[in-house]
Amino acid sequence: MSVKKVATNQPEFFQFSDENLNKAKKIINKYPEKKQSSALMPLLFLVQKQNENWIPLVAMKYLAKMLDIPYIQVYEVATFYSMYNLSPVGKYFVQVCTTTPCMISGAGKLVEVCKNKISQNQNELSANKICSWMEVECLGACVNAPMLQINDDYFEDLDKEKTEEIIDMILNDKSPKAGSYKNRKSSEPESGRTTLINLKDA
Amino acid sequence: MLKDSDRIFKNLYNDYSWEIESAIKIGDWKNTKEICSKGKEWIINEIKTSELRGRGGAGFPTGLKLSFIPKEQGTRPHYLVINADESEPGTCKDRDILRFEPQKLVEGSLITSYAIGAHTCYIYIRGEFFREGERLQQAIDEAYEKNFIGKNACGTGWDLNIYLHYGAGAYICGEETALLESLEGKKGLPRLKPPFPALVGLYGCPTIVNNVETIAVIPTILRRGAKWFTSLGRPKNTGTKIFCISGNVNYPCNVEEEMGIPLKQLIEKHAGGVSGGWDNLQAVIPGGSSMPLLPKNICDTIRMDFDYLLDQKSGLGTAAIVVMNKDQDIIKCMARIAKFYKHESCGQCTPCREGAGWMWRMLERMAKGEATLKEVDLLFDVTKQIEGHTICAFGEGSAWPVQGLLRHFRKEIERRNSSDPLTKRIGDKIPYLIDQHLLENENA
Repeated sequence: MSVKKVATNQPEFFQFSDENLNKAKKIINKYPEKKQSSALMPLLFLVQKQNENWIPLVAMKYLAKMLDIPYIQVYEVATFYSMYNLSPVGKYFVQVCTTTPCMISGAGKLVEVCKNKISQNQNELSANKICSWMEVECLGACVNAPMLQINDDYFEDLDKEKTEEIIDMILNDKSPKAGSYKNRKSSEPESGRTTLINLKDA
Repeated sequence: MLKDSDRIFKNLYNDYSWEIESAIKIGDWKNTKEICSKGKEWIINEIKTSELRGRGGAGFPTGLKLSFIPKEQGTRPHYLVINADESEPGTCKDRDILRFEPQKLVEGSLITSYAIGAHTCYIYIRGEFFREGERLQQAIDEAYEKNFIGKNACGTGWDLNIYLHYGAGAYICGEETALLESLEGKKGLPRLKPPFPALVGLYGCPTIVNNVETIAVIPTILRRGAKWFTSLGRPKNTGTKIFCISGNVNYPCNVEEEMGIPLKQLIEKHAGGVSGGWDNLQAVIPGGSSMPLLPKNICDTIRMDFDYLLDQKSGLGTAAIVVMNKDQDIIKCMARIAKFYKHESCGQCTPCREGAGWMWRMLERMAKGEATLKEVDLLFDVTKQIEGHTICAFGEGSAWPVQGLLRHFRKEIERRNSSDPLTKRIGDKIPYLIDQHLLENENA
């Protein structure tokens, strides 16, 4: 379980845009009749997309009505899962993986860069309010460690200098290139492959 | 070493493209109709004979699991749920299957759904894998277009719909019943078993939950025959497995190898060896963070399969190998893993919720040399109080790595903490406060 801070400044009104309303209907249709509460998690993501990366309380009430479930269930789910942000995180939300495999490969340096460039503390907006960062648990790209995630994209095989470049770019509101920063296409060994060599036989 | 022709995941390194046309070229969706026409029982029996064990960590025989589903369909529909909530530290094999081999997963879903009588299949993918999810959705759409799934899928007369469902960053949702709760739109709290999901699962209906890799290997096994699969590895530990080698190796990589390959060969051949040479090896976590670590002297000889590692009081788990060389502070590494479990405990069972935090704090102190010698036994006691006293296996998962550390590196802990600073400072008169950490602001 993660500690979640609910934002003190809450907007008073929320509703889906027409486009997202259509998407929401499609999502609800994925699940059997009367089981529409299953759509709660995808819909919370949709809210987050529409509302600059965070979920206000009024949107939870809106979803509760839409899915005909108690407000407390929405609140429970939104606070339980770590990917739902309950207060503003900025347009670029940086998540640095610091679990053991990344830690061994030098994730500490990435954290230092974030501290120096974005904000001293986690979950704090940068001076220009565009970006924030936090340490997260394993993001599942251990072979390409150390790595970090910005919004939906993974940035892999990093070191201090490359992280600085990336963070500088997002602080200037530019989107850096996602993927491996050692030009690896996949998780094959960097030195050249040892398997699947003769592709014709494979 | 395994021949390339015996590898199942031929596009593991994305040499071909992931699109359906090239997937068909390398042999996916071949004879799917004929395989299904041999009947449900034949499919389940063939998987049983192949001795395929679940690739998600527990290693439960897949054929046996499939046979638990009720034979006759009652009023309740059956469901297939695929667990793509890969979050075990060290593991990144499912990600590559989702990125580069999505058709294997889709085909596996069709065959498995057919065998268990499910018309609906949900794939629960972790929320962080947003791009991988997009890719998988495109692959599913392509399969719909070709009519490989959907109405009368692949000409088998079977209807199947596959839906994607994103998780939202909870490790515990990799536990099958927590995953089902999450899929129903609730908090991911594991359920008490029995009843098992095969009888009462998603929405109270019979459900089979399987890992991505398990489902993705099924089509190839059925095409090439169970005999071929059992010819690799040894009895009860058959076939091939994707190993993820990370940490202090020269070239971290994912590689598909035969079950039972020696660990040393795996690291030296495929991952370019331990950084600083084999002699610089300190310890290896052989199966994802939940499995106890093994020190160098054991690593010299071990082979990587379920039963062999069980004999070494560890486990194959997800086959995620985390290598730590002598430059690493082993206690710090394990303290970080303990922190992971403290962060990810769902909070349902008291021993796990409280114990995970205790273990983390004790290990942090031990890493700094601020613990007392008494605490070493206390720590072991805590792990024993967690293990077996929780609803799901998360309790074991958090206790075992600490037990492994105590088993193999107790001397190191005692050496570092031998000055007993706390005892010296305050004597034995003041009892140690278990909530001492709350005095420190950052832990509060």
